[in-house]
Amino acid sequence: MTSNESGDGTKNKPASRSGSTSGHSLEVGNRTDESPKRYAIEVKSLSKRYGEIEAVKEVSFRVDQGEVFAFLGPNGAGKTTTIRMLCTLSKPTGGTAEVDGFDVLRQPNAVRRHIGLVFQEPTLDQQLTAEENLRFHAVLYRVPRHQVEERIDRVLKLVDLQARRKDLVSTFSGGMARRLEIARGMLHTPAILFLDEPTIGLDPQTRALMWEDVLRLRSEEGVTIFLTTHYMDEAEYADRIAIIDHGSIVALDSPNNLKKMVGSDTVELVTADNKLVGANLEQHGYNIKVGEDNVTVFVENGEEQVTQIIAHAQVAISSVRVHRPDLDDVFLHFTGREIREGHAERAFPMHFMAFRR
Amino acid sequence: MTTTNISARPARLVDEHNYVRHELRTIQMVWRREIIRFLRARTRILSSFVQPILFLFVLGYGMTTLVGTTGGFDFKKFVFPGIVSMAVVTTAIFSAISIVWDREFGFLREMLVAPVNRGSLVLGKALGGTTIATLQGTIMLVLAPLIGVHLTPLLVVEVILLEALMAFGLTTFGVFVASRIQKMEGFQVVMQLVLFPMIFLSGALFPLDGLPSWLAFITRIHPLTYAVDPLRHVVFAVQNMPPAAAARFATGVTIFGHLLPLWSEIGIVIAFAMIFLVLAISGFGRPD
Repeated sequence: MTSNESGDGTKNKPASRSGSTSGHSLEVGNRTDESPKRYAIEVKSLSKRYGEIEAVKEVSFRVDQGEVFAFLGPNGAGKTTTIRMLCTLSKPTGGTAEVDGFDVLRQPNAVRRHIGLVFQEPTLDQQLTAEENLRFHAVLYRVPRHQVEERIDRVLKLVDLQARRKDLVSTFSGGMARRLEIARGMLHTPAILFLDEPTIGLDPQTRALMWEDVLRLRSEEGVTIFLTTHYMDEAEYADRIAIIDHGSIVALDSPNNLKKMVGSDTVELVTADNKLVGANLEQHGYNIKVGEDNVTVFVENGEEQVTQIIAHAQVAISSVRVHRPDLDDVFLHFTGREIREGHAERAFPMHFMAFRR
Repeated sequence: MTTTNISARPARLVDEHNYVRHELRTIQMVWRREIIRFLRARTRILSSFVQPILFLFVLGYGMTTLVGTTGGFDFKKFVFPGIVSMAVVTTAIFSAISIVWDREFGFLREMLVAPVNRGSLVLGKALGGTTIATLQGTIMLVLAPLIGVHLTPLLVVEVILLEALMAFGLTTFGVFVASRIQKMEGFQVVMQLVLFPMIFLSGALFPLDGLPSWLAFITRIHPLTYAVDPLRHVVFAVQNMPPAAAARFATGVTIFGHLLPLWSEIGIVIAFAMIFLVLAISGFGRPD
């Protein structure tokens, strides 16, 4: 688990990505930056302005090669705008961005050949079979003719869809279609795979399955993964999370470090006499806060200490709740509001609606 | 977690060279997709025959009783090349609807973000539509013996080439319209609105001489006229028409009393096809 924001140094990565496989490993030169340490993505003061509205405000960050990097934020925070700029689908109005060593403004075609893209909305041809969709993509992304079939086998295997290879995409479930899109995004061996809200509209099992696929891609193909999401539990899979709000990055670190920043565990007690409980606990050296109808105790490890706390309270207790900071708290901490505010209109699976205790 | 072994990464399977070859592969792939989709849409193939056949038999027989026969040559025979053209025109224009579909289902995005030339995508699309429309028009030739139109192998070849030219011009026109229209309904409305006037004013269904001057004017500035006339010309050339029939159902477009040579008509069609091709390509700007 890395948490160094600068990302320098420690990871020993081969300089060349050509690997050992023979054949058409035609690595192109003339990247803008040939320094020994190359980031998968390097963004400096990137901005995007639509008239009066500043959708992205001087955002800077770096993504290491092989990293899973998540952009977490509510709708309209600037996630999609950022991903679009990195994928050269939208021109920045300020700052620079290099993707796999290529400048998004000056070398957009080189960038697009080195990235895989999975959009929020489906972009498959329903009237074609899975393999026909992949073959189409292979040609457009210049996979050498003699390697197309081999590569199709490989990516279908990665997402476990070999059995559906010759089926029309119109017969696929939403989850299968999404996984096929991910396979397609990987077909031309991109250095970085961009996933814009990859699990939107998928049921929990399918989402879990999809995440298995994504992590497998990373370990088996060494691809860097950049994704946007507004699902907290999903961001947990990432090595690092950038929390974006109103076009700016408000925090950037590993999920664990972010949680540590937010603070300790809390034990909430609802008792017959909250003030008395507060006094009793304070006597034992606990850090507490007496609320209107409960007492909150701040401790290092809530689950282990809860019995002791109850013993020290010495008053009848009607309910106890131990809470460990999760990414919801992290988000609340850094932005001052909950992430789900303002887009309750989205159809969330009930399982995730109940995520916050 | 980030210390994943990057060396597991496969070699990049991307051939960075041979720009032209890749664009050609792209054109071929886009074309192939159109053909695959066409062959899968069997109801579409059938339904696109209904209208021309209806026109041929209903209009053909109906008008024959009115117009009568001149030296064994009747209106059915006259209108036949026009009906073939109609099949080509309808199919060609509506083949472009696949672009609007692609936009609605998102596949257009997959194509537009790919690192390929927009021109290759449009050309592949246009060639796909051209192939399909030419096929539809050519299949109409099986009706020729039923109404007494003679076919020779050379004529069939000539008809196919002229159909292909006509189809290409109309497909690029269709792609151009589709590139500017976001909604399915919009495309259908626009096309239904222009399709029939386009066919009627091209002289596909009536002779071009002896028209009132306003109608003559419109037919002369209508590009499709110059695609339909050569087709009729080559069909009539092998029909052994008596002089009276040849005079009554004349081919050729006259402008200020000058008969345009066949090659110049074909030239006009090629020019229009190229103009719409350029417009269609420019119609697909960067998606931002």
